[in-house]
Order: sequence, then structure tokens, then C-alpha cells
Amino acid sequence: MTLLSVQDLHVTFGTADGAVRAVQGVSFDVEPGETVAIVGESGSGKSVTANSLLRLNFGADVRIDGRILLEGRDILAMDETQIRSVRGREVAMIFQDPLTALNPFYTVGHQIAEAFAIHHPGTPKRELRKIALESLNKVGIPEPSKRIDQYPHEFSGGMRQRIVIAIALVNSPKLLIADEPTTALDVTVQAQILELIAQMQAEHGSAVILITHDLGVVAEITERVMVMYAGRVVESASVADTFLTPTHPYTRGLLKSVKSLDAGRHERLESIPGIPPSLINLPSGCPFHPRCAYAESLGGRCETETPALHLVGSSRSACHLPDERLLGLLGGGV
Amino acid sequence: MSETFILEARALRKYFPTGASKMLQRPTDLVRAVDDVSFGLRRGSTLAIVGESGCGKTTLGRLLARLIEPTAGSVVLDGVDLTAASARELLELRRDIQLVFQDPYACLNPRHSIGQSIGTPIRIQKTLDKAAEKARVRELMELVGLNPEHYNRFPHEFSGGQRQRAGIARALALQPKVIIADEPVSALDVSIQSQILNLMEDLQTSLGLSYVFVAHDLSVVRHIADEVAVMYLGKIVEIGDPESVYRRTAHPYTKALLSAVPVADPRRAAGRQRIVLTGDVPSPVNPPSGCRFRTRCPKAAERCAAEEPVLSARSGDQPSGHRVACHFPE
Amino acid sequence: MIFFVLRRSIFGILLLLIISAFTFWIFSALPSDPAALTCGKNCRPEVIEANRERLGYDKPLIEQYGSYMKGIFTGRTYGEEGAAVHCPAPSLGYSYDRHECVTSLIASTLPVTASIALGAFVLWMAIGVGLGTLAALKRGKWQDRVATAFSVIGVSLPTFFLGLIFIMVFVIWTGILPFPRYVGLTDNPFEWFMALILPWLVLAIISAATYVRMTRNGILEVMNEEFVRLGLAKGLPRRRLIVRYVLRAALVPIVTIAGLDFAFLLGGALVTESIFNMPGLGKLTLAAVVNSDLPILVATTMVAAVFIVVANTVVDILYGYLDPRVRVK
Repeated sequence: MTLLSVQDLHVTFGTADGAVRAVQGVSFDVEPGETVAIVGESGSGKSVTANSLLRLNFGADVRIDGRILLEGRDILAMDETQIRSVRGREVAMIFQDPLTALNPFYTVGHQIAEAFAIHHPGTPKRELRKIALESLNKVGIPEPSKRIDQYPHEFSGGMRQRIVIAIALVNSPKLLIADEPTTALDVTVQAQILELIAQMQAEHGSAVILITHDLGVVAEITERVMVMYAGRVVESASVADTFLTPTHPYTRGLLKSVKSLDAGRHERLESIPGIPPSLINLPSGCPFHPRCAYAESLGGRCETETPALHLVGSSRSACHLPDERLLGLLGGGV
Repeated sequence: MSETFILEARALRKYFPTGASKMLQRPTDLVRAVDDVSFGLRRGSTLAIVGESGCGKTTLGRLLARLIEPTAGSVVLDGVDLTAASARELLELRRDIQLVFQDPYACLNPRHSIGQSIGTPIRIQKTLDKAAEKARVRELMELVGLNPEHYNRFPHEFSGGQRQRAGIARALALQPKVIIADEPVSALDVSIQSQILNLMEDLQTSLGLSYVFVAHDLSVVRHIADEVAVMYLGKIVEIGDPESVYRRTAHPYTKALLSAVPVADPRRAAGRQRIVLTGDVPSPVNPPSGCRFRTRCPKAAERCAAEEPVLSARSGDQPSGHRVACHFPE
Repeated sequence: MIFFVLRRSIFGILLLLIISAFTFWIFSALPSDPAALTCGKNCRPEVIEANRERLGYDKPLIEQYGSYMKGIFTGRTYGEEGAAVHCPAPSLGYSYDRHECVTSLIASTLPVTASIALGAFVLWMAIGVGLGTLAALKRGKWQDRVATAFSVIGVSLPTFFLGLIFIMVFVIWTGILPFPRYVGLTDNPFEWFMALILPWLVLAIISAATYVRMTRNGILEVMNEEFVRLGLAKGLPRRRLIVRYVLRAALVPIVTIAGLDFAFLLGGALVTESIFNMPGLGKLTLAAVVNSDLPILVATTMVAAVFIVVANTVVDILYGYLDPRVRVK
């Protein structure tokens, strides 16, 4: 059975400047144990999508439409009690900034134990402490019996992210949503955390949705990739297809922008011109057309008609270009 | 020697005292943020300084621009010792060395228009009158790819990439010789990073600028550096021509940094061997004895704890300038 | 921790010494002559001079300060022979205007002020934090607007104005309450309570206004913190999330400010006490100002300073207790 099925998700925020259409018509499935990446830059709607999956848009004036089916049960239709039993037990989350993700007023042991106790009421204190200790040990915190009673500020960034992971995994969730889990960390620590996530995933059999702006991270640990731009999925494909035969001009631009260690000295980087659109005033038609080098070759079609995701080779792409041109994007010039 | 170098760091050190309570402070509690760093920046070239948080790269950048006083050592700009300059001389010398910051939003006054912000250094140094300043700012905006008609817009009306362009324009306002760029692209989106890096390259060629480019990641630097210095806990552990540093890496830390860079290619990502360092960077307050990297180094031996390795030419090398501080280089 | 408390306390005592010396110096530098105040209006210069000598006002300031400080610990005798008055320790001086030891004046007025301050404090914290929390949780809804309106009105109303309105409405027009006349808590708790309702309300409303805004903004800020989102993602019930995550974090800075405000109030609510005719420290101070009664002014200033310094120390220690990030190891 499909673990998670997101169908035609729309998320709109009300702000003083007008409605921000952060996510528009996003659909995807996640199978048990699978790793899926959602890639995009700021404003692409990737983090909003992640937060909507657990309805975490706390306190904001937000409207979520569509269906989010977790093993067939619609998360958007659940009442408070039902969604609470999903949060942290069936679906857990890791956040971007480990420095702010932990509650500064409680010890890390308390925070791990709390995550377990919420879903297992009546667990004796001694048992909870044992569980917290084991969790710290599993995520590689040295001297856990000493550090269990320390506060978050006494840990380094990498260690805090390990604790956040320990909290997420204490209930062995079916799905782990990792929202930019390594962005705020040093490069060498980043590698440790990615490794830990992969290792924990193998151990618990959880599926993972990895939200990131970094295509490099994607290539390392995921199987499937969805590229988002201005609130829409513009390409969805296997990792190999995404990197070897990207079928959307935006994906191509992102790939070309990735800095490579093998570049020659002063080798010019290909870049995507312009800036991402405002989500309040989205361009008509394809949201990418003002920055797209191919838009002109299609006459005015990109400005008027929003392309739908359709099969191109073995990928799905939302672009008006004919299939044979899309499949040859990386090779040919503009 | 100083003929070829526009900017030189000579045995620079910066120690910060720590501890919030002054009453209890022991004199030994010093953060050795920068500890005996020397290098030369060639005219018209780019030197990249790479390291993780806490390695001292940002402090080094500030020392070079003399925003902070070094504890010891000197900075020589075009033959003139900045550290010995008086306050008045310094004001003049500052024209030649300017900074670009990681977060352009933090250094643009939100109540000033972007044009006013770009013109600030001109007003402080009083190099031009009002009308000439405005003309110069428009010229600068054009130069960095901003629309001069947006002179009167405010920082919040611009995107991150455009604000960084404004930050660069401001740095260029006084026609400096050297620009210290402290992680100028790390806060930007991937597609925008390339735009800014390309812009910096173009400006270097057309204006003959020299850059010190501070970064936390070796891949960004690859495209623009003529020389790379890798820092760890306040010291340079490896320095040299990027061709040599990237392909014939000598220091285990540089190797780990390189291997930690995610590769955007699933075929290679699967095949390559990765060195994952254990633990975090130790505190610079009481760094490990001997070689500072030894606590995380896969090759550490007894000698590393006892004896501090000196930055010296790679053995069996042609004089390529590639130097490393390690007892057991590759 | 003990070391931290000790160090803070020593620092507090030092600060009090400096403040006392400064106060003493300021008041002695005033143009009014303390010796002239000792013997009424049509006093002959010889008597003034004799009194000056008798009371030690002719001695150098340092010496005067010395005997004043000594008096605090040992008690002090003012005047000579038959006219001598002894004020036992802690003696804070002798008021020739009222012919009473200052210490006993303060001892009789302090309970009044403390009653006012304590009740007002409890009320204003309840109103301020309660309304602020409600406003934050119902942001943009009518509850928020009511709270914001309350806060704006409360901040802009002068104390005497609100006090007079309350007297008019509750005492004169409707007669719900008697005109406030202070009665000791131990004498008649009910009358004590009835007399204090109005001063409490006035002070509470005016102070609560600031706390509504502080609480509301604090909560909204904390709600955007990542750790609150993690709490939600863990599956914490909303109530528990708000109490243990949001309020806990938002109230820490408010508690510390409240401590200082409370101490400030203990030094005497000048306007409120005058309007409601409460014989408290504030009224004592005001009367002393009018009569240039220097010994009382010095003493009330010192008492207020002690409250502030003590509160500062307590707040610092409390902060360390409430926020592990500033806890001293």
C-alpha cells in the first residue's frame, strides 16, 4: 500500500500584501521505505509542502486544499486528536536549524523522553530515561549518561541535529520528513548527519522525504527527485534521470549552476538569469517563462498556458517543449 | 617581494579573551581565533580561504581590512604596513581595501534607499560632491547589473541576489584595490550564486581587482580561486595552487573537506569513497596540543600530539608553492 | 550557584552604600537649612545656631554620614538632656517637623504601601499576562482588538485621572464602595480589602497595559520559534504546547521586568496613595517634600533604593534559575 499520497495540494497564506499562493497543485506518492527528495530554491514551496503534511503551519492564516492520504486516511480531514496521534508517531520531522529546534528550557533527555511519552502515556519514569539514553547512544552522542541531563546550548550544532534526529526516531515513524537537515551545518558534519539519516532509515525501515536546495545532497542519498519552482512541481524523475537527462529547463539550469570540484580555473558558471518570482504576483502561464531561455522558441505559448506534468521518456516534466528537445536538454545548447 | 603582492599577512595573530565574568577570568582563557597566519595575495588574483565554522576565517578577513586590531603580526597593503598606520592614514588606506559580507541585508540600512547605501563610503570619505556622488552611484549600479532607475528603492524591495549586487557596488564605490569577500554567496540560492560569482569574475578582469574570498566549502571556490588556503582552528593547514591542492591533496583535513562535498552525480556518488570525520571541531579556547587536527585525524600518531607541524613545501615537489602543515602528508 | 548568589549580594550591598552616600550628599546640598526647620517660623538666629551645633549639622558632611550610618546599626539619641529623644536601631534619623523617629514613621506607613503594591501586582500580572495571552492566541480576532484597545487606553491614562473617575463612579455616584479609608489587615480584614480595591484597580489597570503588549508580542515571537514547531510535530497537545513551550519561554523576560516594577511600587505609589488618602510611604514622601523634611526624604529614598537593589539581585538569581542558558555552573 502506498504510504503517503498527496493529491492536488494547494496552500495559500493570507498576508497584509495579498494572498501568497505558496503551493499550487502538487501531487506525489511515497512508498514504504523509499527516499524521495523535494528540491527547490527559496520560495519554491518545498518547506510549505513539508509543513502542510503534518499541518504544522501553526498560528498562520493559512488555507490548505487537496488530499494528503497517509495509508488511505486523509490528514486534512482529521480532527485535532487524530492528527496528534500521527505527529511524531507515524510521521516525524527534522528541521533545518538545530540551534533553534530544541527547547532551550528543558534537558535533551527530557525532550527525547517527552516525544515517547506523548504517544505512550503511563510509561514509568525509569523506563523513559532508559529510552532516552538508548536514543542518544544510537545517534552517536558520546557519554550519553552524562549528557542526558544537559541543556541544548551545551551541545554543538552537529550534536543538536543528532538529538533532533533521536527525537524524530524515538517512536520508529513510518515516514520521516527532513527539512534541509544539513543546510545549517559545517561540511564535514553535514556528511556525518546524512550518513546517520541513511543508517537510521535502514534500521527503522522508515520512508524519508528529504527537502533540500542542494542537488549534491540529493544525489548522495535519494532514489526519486521532485523539482519545485514557484509552488509547482516542474519535474519528477528518478535520481539517475534527473541528473543525466533532466527534462525541464529549470532543472537543467540548477544542474549547470552546481559548483563542481572538477571545474577548470576561472571556468564560467552557467547561471539562470533573473530572480525567482513573487508568490503574490505570479507570472501568467508557466511560472518559469520569464527566466527561461527556451520560452521564446515556442512563441507566446509559455506566457498563456500553464504546462501540466506529463510523461517524457521515463520522467515527468511540466514544460511545453517537445519531448525530443526535452530529452536532449543537457547535450544541446539553448 | 612586495612588488608581486598587493596584500600580505605576516604572522598574524588574534586572541580574544573569553568568559562573561571578568572577575573570574583566568588569563589562559583565550580564543586563538587566528594563530600565526602568513600569506601573500598576488596583484589581480583571488586567494580563497576555506574552513569550517570556528576556523578563524572571518576573523582573518576582518584583520586584513583592519576592522579589528591584531594581537601580533602585520598586514601590508601595497607596501604600506596597515597595522602601523595612524588613524588618519588608515582612513585613507581603507579606500583601497573594502569588504563584501555574507548577508547583504544586514549591512544595508533599511531606512536608506539603495542608492544612498551604495554612496555611503563616498560621503564618509568626502571624495565627491553630491551630484557627482549620485552619478557615480548610478554608474556603479549599472556596473553590477542593477537598474540605475531603482536608485530610490529600499533594500526590502530587492531580492537576496540583488542586495548582494548592491553590497558589491558599495564596496567598489571608492575604487579599491582589494576586496575581502566574506562568504558572499553562501546565503543565496544556488541559481543566484552563479550570477554573483560570474559578476565578481567580470569585475576582477575589468577593474583589475584582487580578492580574498572567504568560504566554507571548497566547491564554490574552485571556479574563482588562483590560490587556496585551508584553515583549521586558526591556522593554515594547506595552501597552494588549486590544481595542486585539489588533485594532489596533502593534508588529511583538506581530503576530508573535499570528500564531504556532495557530488551532484548519482553515478559518482555511489562509487566514491568517503572520509567521514568523527566528532566536531574542538574549541579554539584550548586547542589540542601539537597538531590541532589530530583529535579528528585518521592518521594521527604520537608525534602529532607532541610536535606542531610547520607549514612547509610538499616533499619531492617542484617549487609550485604548494605547502602543507602535516607530519604525514599524502 | 551559591557563589553567584554571594557575589550578587556583595555587589548589591556595595551599591547600596554608594547610593546612601550619594543621597546624603544630594540632600545636604539642597538650599534648605535643616537646622532652621527645627524651631518653627519666628526663630531667633541664636537658637538656630545652637540647634545646629546640638544636632551635629555644623560637623563636616563625612562625619554626619558616619554617625548616620552608625545610627542604623546602633540606634541614636537626638538632642540633649531633657529634650533628648532616643531612636533605637535601626535609626534612620529624626523628623523635627513631626517630632518622631523616621524609622517608626516608615514602619507605620510601609504596611500600607506593601498592601497596595502586593494586591496591585497580583491583579496586574493576572490581567496583563492573561489578556496578553488571549490576544496572542486569538490574533486578529475581536479578543485581540479588545486587548489592544485596553492596552492603548491604559498606557495613555494618567493615574490621577483614572483614580478620580473611579472615585466618582464607584463611591460618589453608585456608592458601591465606601470612600477608601485604610484599616490594618489585622484590625479588620474586610475593611482593609474594601479600602484597597480602588487603589489596586487603578494601579493594576495602568501597569497591566504594558504587560498585555509585552505578553502578546512575546508569545507571538516564541510561537514562530522552530522549537515550538518541533513540539507540535512531536504530537504535543495544543494546551501543553502553549503552557510548557510558549508561555514558559515568553514569560521569562516578563517575570524579570515585573520584579523590578514591583520593587519600584514598594518604594511608594505617590499619586495613588494621595488620591485615595492612603497613609503609605508615597504619601509620607510627598508630605516630606512639601515640608522640606530632609531626614524623611533621605530615609524614604534609601528604603526605595533597598527595594530596587534587592529586587534586582533577586531577579538576576531568578533569571539564572528560569533560563538554563544563563545559569552559572
